[in-house]
Amino acid sequence: MSNEKILLSRGDIIRYYTYRIILAGLVIIAVVWVALPFIMTILYALADPAQYYDPRVIIPTSYTLKHVNQLLILGAYQATINSVIVALITIGFSFLIGLPAGYAFARYRFRGKDSLKLFIVALRMFPMMVIAVPLLVLYFKLGLADTLIGIGLAHTSMALPFVILITSSIIAGVRVDYEEAAMVFGLSRIGAFFRVTLPLALPGLTAAAIFTFIMSWNEVFIAAVLSFQNRTLPAFILNLIAGSTDFIKFAGAFIMVIPALIFVFIAGKYLVRMWGITLK
Amino acid sequence: MVDVHLRGIVKRFGRTIALRGIDLDVEDGEFVVLLGPSGCGKTTTLRIIAGLEKPTKGKVIFGNRDVTYLPPRERNISMVFQSYAVWPHMKVYDNIAFPLKIKKVPKEEIDRKVKWAAELLQISDLLDRYPHQLSGGQRQRVAVARAIVVEPQVLLMDEPLSNLDALLRVKMRSELKKLQRRIKVTTIYVTHDQVEAMTMGDRIAVMRNGKIMQIGTPTEIYHKPANIFVAGFIGSPQMNFIDVTVSEEADGLTLVSEDFKIKLPPDIAEIVKQYMGKTLVMGIRPEHIYPEGFVPSNVKRTARINGVVDFVEALGSDTIIHLNTGSRIIVVKASGTYNTNIGEELTIELDLDKIHIFRKDTEEAIL
Repeated sequence: MSNEKILLSRGDIIRYYTYRIILAGLVIIAVVWVALPFIMTILYALADPAQYYDPRVIIPTSYTLKHVNQLLILGAYQATINSVIVALITIGFSFLIGLPAGYAFARYRFRGKDSLKLFIVALRMFPMMVIAVPLLVLYFKLGLADTLIGIGLAHTSMALPFVILITSSIIAGVRVDYEEAAMVFGLSRIGAFFRVTLPLALPGLTAAAIFTFIMSWNEVFIAAVLSFQNRTLPAFILNLIAGSTDFIKFAGAFIMVIPALIFVFIAGKYLVRMWGITLK
Repeated sequence: MVDVHLRGIVKRFGRTIALRGIDLDVEDGEFVVLLGPSGCGKTTTLRIIAGLEKPTKGKVIFGNRDVTYLPPRERNISMVFQSYAVWPHMKVYDNIAFPLKIKKVPKEEIDRKVKWAAELLQISDLLDRYPHQLSGGQRQRVAVARAIVVEPQVLLMDEPLSNLDALLRVKMRSELKKLQRRIKVTTIYVTHDQVEAMTMGDRIAVMRNGKIMQIGTPTEIYHKPANIFVAGFIGSPQMNFIDVTVSEEADGLTLVSEDFKIKLPPDIAEIVKQYMGKTLVMGIRPEHIYPEGFVPSNVKRTARINGVVDFVEALGSDTIIHLNTGSRIIVVKASGTYNTNIGEELTIELDLDKIHIFRKDTEEAIL
């Protein structure tokens, strides 16, 4: 059998290569589609203004960190720190509430479970625009207006439905036997959760946390409404760059994108695990 | 070690009743098997003994301690799960050591005990592997090692062999039984496999629909089934059940079926007499029926039935004959050397000392 020649017709060969070429073309288009804005943002954020305005130059050759530095001095640095703090507050609160809720959804049978799940999904459909102003009024009364914890709480309310649903499916992916075995061999339910279920769910939960981080990092509307001095990065940049020159806008985008990019590169493998691969 | 008692255990899940009053006494060091078809409540019973479920009603007693509402960790039990539940994020060593670590056993003692258990189950060379590097059989051994390392008062096993291949299952069957004899731990074992139950159990509790149908030694369950369900569930091929009417004929009491009559010897007639004119169910196992002329010398009295061979399964060690007696089929287990062909006329002999008679209404055994 092994020395028998496998004959391919001309048509087969042509079809094979046509298929490969089309596939490669589609992949190139997809990559360019995604990567080009990033590349342009980075190039123009760092470009020398003289070259930026020169119509003969497409790819600048001289670069400067001036605009990025300017933005950082003007408050982008503080805003970045604010954004990180808000995102961490959001992760903290949404997991503090969402993880037990997700656990309950995954492990217990109770009346009205399905309706409750639907209700949680429905919450996501509620437009933030509608509650933004009443929320601000409420925040003034509570002394939460223009505080990072205030924005964090608002982001928590946005992230919570996602966190509940995703943690419940992650925990459901950890077989209940593991937890029951831990309980039989000497742990309480809470102990079993921390010593057995949590370590097994950790990759998925990390992914969920990263996703929550990005959600909060990107959120601009609520952050802009609820804060005046203590702005998060998107709110700050939105405010600042409206009347600025183009390369300042690119510098703003640059500052927004770089931390997120670094984050996604680190988180990439976890994200795959959260969405695609079952927990073993 | 401790004895285990269940008193009137009832368990409901919403509207369905899983257990309808289970009473069970397991002696210290005994190996009791809960046997039954799927959905009969055997696993629920085990989980209630483990404390993973709370009974709706009834009591679980270990020794003289009422443990009904104690969490699993306060019961001094161990369990081998059907899926093994060997924690995937820990090495084999840590899996086995984990229960001891929780109990804050000193390190040297943990080490000694883990090595003892690993040796007992022949997994000493697997100790620093992760579970995903093990085969199903090896994982099962880890699960058992983990269960015995804490020296539990009660060892619970939930179909531990059902995920193993046939050969390994037979091997583990005897190994588990030997292990249990050696460490003398009170063991409750759940299975739906009657062979497992018969070979491993000191006693078997046959369950159906959330009730225990019969508790007894394997021999008792096989030779003196308490009802039609147990009689039919134990034994392969299944026992033949034939509807018969008791009637008084010229030469004495006779069981009359559609196809044949069986004249009863006086001792059996005495028992059946009170059911005169009523329909009963006669049961006889295929292995207690012989083709004419092949009756072993130790069988004292037989009844003859004529029929036509409907189907033959030659299994090598045995030949299973399906005999059509007119309106029904009787299954006969003959020796593997016996030869017959479909369509042949055949007379079979029923061992009268091995027949069972059940009431038609309650399905309880009267003989």
